Amino acid sequence: MSDTQTPDTQTLEAQAPDAQTPAAPAVGRRWRRLGGPRHNPAATIAWFVILLGLTVVMLYPLIWLGFSTFKPSSEFGRNTSLLPWDPSFDNFRKIIRGIAGVPLWRYFANSALVASLAVVGTLLSASLAAYAFARIRFRGLGVFFAAMIGTLLLPFHVVIIPQYLIFNQLGLIDTYVPLVLGKFLATDAFFVFLMVQFVRNIPRDLDEAARIDGAGHPRIFWSVILPLLRPALITSAIFSFIWAWNDFLAPLIYLTSPSNYTLPVALRLFNDATSTSDYGATVAASFVALVPVLLFFLFFQRFLIQGMATQGMKG
Amino acid sequence: MGRSRISPEAPTADGHGSPGSHRATRAKARAGRETRAGYAFLAPWLVGFFGLTIGPMLYSLYLSFTKYNIFSPPRWIGFDNYVRLFTQDPVFIKSVKSTLQYVLVGTPIKLAAALGIALLLNYFSRGSGFFRSAFYAPSLIGASVSVAIVWRAMFGTDGPVDNALSVFGLDLGGWVGNVDLAIPMMVILSVWEFGAPMVIFLAGLKEIPAELYEAAEVDGAGAVRKFVSVTVPMLSSVIFFNLLLETIRAFQVFGSAFIISNGTGSPGGRLNFITLYMYKRGFADMQMGYAAAIAWVVVVFAALVAVILFRSSRSWVHYAGDNR
Repeated sequence: MSDTQTPDTQTLEAQAPDAQTPAAPAVGRRWRRLGGPRHNPAATIAWFVILLGLTVVMLYPLIWLGFSTFKPSSEFGRNTSLLPWDPSFDNFRKIIRGIAGVPLWRYFANSALVASLAVVGTLLSASLAAYAFARIRFRGLGVFFAAMIGTLLLPFHVVIIPQYLIFNQLGLIDTYVPLVLGKFLATDAFFVFLMVQFVRNIPRDLDEAARIDGAGHPRIFWSVILPLLRPALITSAIFSFIWAWNDFLAPLIYLTSPSNYTLPVALRLFNDATSTSDYGATVAASFVALVPVLLFFLFFQRFLIQGMATQGMKG
Repeated sequence: MGRSRISPEAPTADGHGSPGSHRATRAKARAGRETRAGYAFLAPWLVGFFGLTIGPMLYSLYLSFTKYNIFSPPRWIGFDNYVRLFTQDPVFIKSVKSTLQYVLVGTPIKLAAALGIALLLNYFSRGSGFFRSAFYAPSLIGASVSVAIVWRAMFGTDGPVDNALSVFGLDLGGWVGNVDLAIPMMVILSVWEFGAPMVIFLAGLKEIPAELYEAAEVDGAGAVRKFVSVTVPMLSSVIFFNLLLETIRAFQVFGSAFIISNGTGSPGGRLNFITLYMYKRGFADMQMGYAAAIAWVVVVFAALVAVILFRSSRSWVHYAGDNR
């Protein structure tokens, strides 16, 4: 995906720590945009080489994982090179047959179901809460807003045990309810906050115009705010999907029968049961579990990076 | 994007003090309608906040003063759990030490990497998009079980890291089973995920007005001076935000330590981070009261860190608009 920011003079000047006083601004601007004379060629090359080297180091674990999926189990611990001696699809064949008697697609489907429910719940509940926080003036607003920000910083430890006991009491162990209920109740303050920031930047004139036409809050929310909130909704959808997909602790605690497991818990099972005997299959399953996340990243990275960047701009 | 401080719009008192009771009643009715609408929109969040956050928090606070194994009702034992944690439980003390080492060493390194590379990327804007993406990707998957499995293989005996270091004559062996190298291995995993704070730093760097750098140049400032006197102060609110969020996050590390140590916290309890210890006490030993006490210790630690950071921030964080 392409670079999204449009370079403007301001950023470029801020970016040129070695810049001298501009002689001819218009020309200088263009030159600098091209990485021109303000950066000498040696510095440009050094910059590029350093970053390229860093990229290789950063991506090496993933490259290693990719190649290792084709290594037969017998090569692990013996073949120290990146490339397999005898590449084969055996590992994939094994994981398709199954982990603990359950075929891999089942774990995949379970994870997809949980992550999709998380997306739906997050979008619904967080957008409603964000509208209330950003657009409605009501008693208690300040207190609840502060409380919401507070939960951003609350370590999750403190609610795990009581939540488990409550869900246990309600007979909801080994169901997906404990995994997704919180998403429908906007317990992840990150998304509420992200959307509040976004709604605040939508001009109030639009609300006012709709109000003059007789629209109440539900109507304004649905017809004015929600359509304009789209970028924040997409960002939230992707993040909530990825986080739910990767989540390990909650499924580990709540899911008891292997046929209900999500991928990370199944991987753990696989890792424990077969790590010595069948390393290749473990590695292949790990790789498969990462594929959806990496695909999301490739297609939606603009939204992810912007969403992250917005988060920091609350000052 | 403005740099306003976090604050909801103050509830207005429109109508108050206005002449004519008629208008006042109408305003009052409107305020009532607004309040009803506000709570209607906030309803799901309120249910979640009280039902899944505040309620459980209070419940776990109560549990931390009891002995409770799920099968028989909780028995009140006062401060016994806390006393036991700090006086009779060397495993807990060790767990706290490992966690603090991981948090206090890992977080600054991670943020320094994030800032350093953000500066490097900010140097040119053309071509940096690819690198930004490549560096950001690991932070999306770093906490996953898959990456933990990869990490264990990478840092295992005869794994790629061991082999690469052997080439340079450094025979460290596997890091996974080494008491001295287990935490460094986790720190490297955490630093590998520097992409998220890096993106936040980059956004902050873009907001620094170019005039400041120009003015500094006119005054004869070099690169270092500009970094210290312009970049750092202008970026201080973003640095603070990242520091706060990443520290709290580091306290919560669980999945990777669990997978890498096979749920045991070995070697020598170095990966027995406080979350993992709590999990084992609660869900393996069914000591729910004791585990709740551990959770509250973590909350107090995190709160302390937050308070210290907020306190110190007054002297080093500058918000746009402050005349400092």
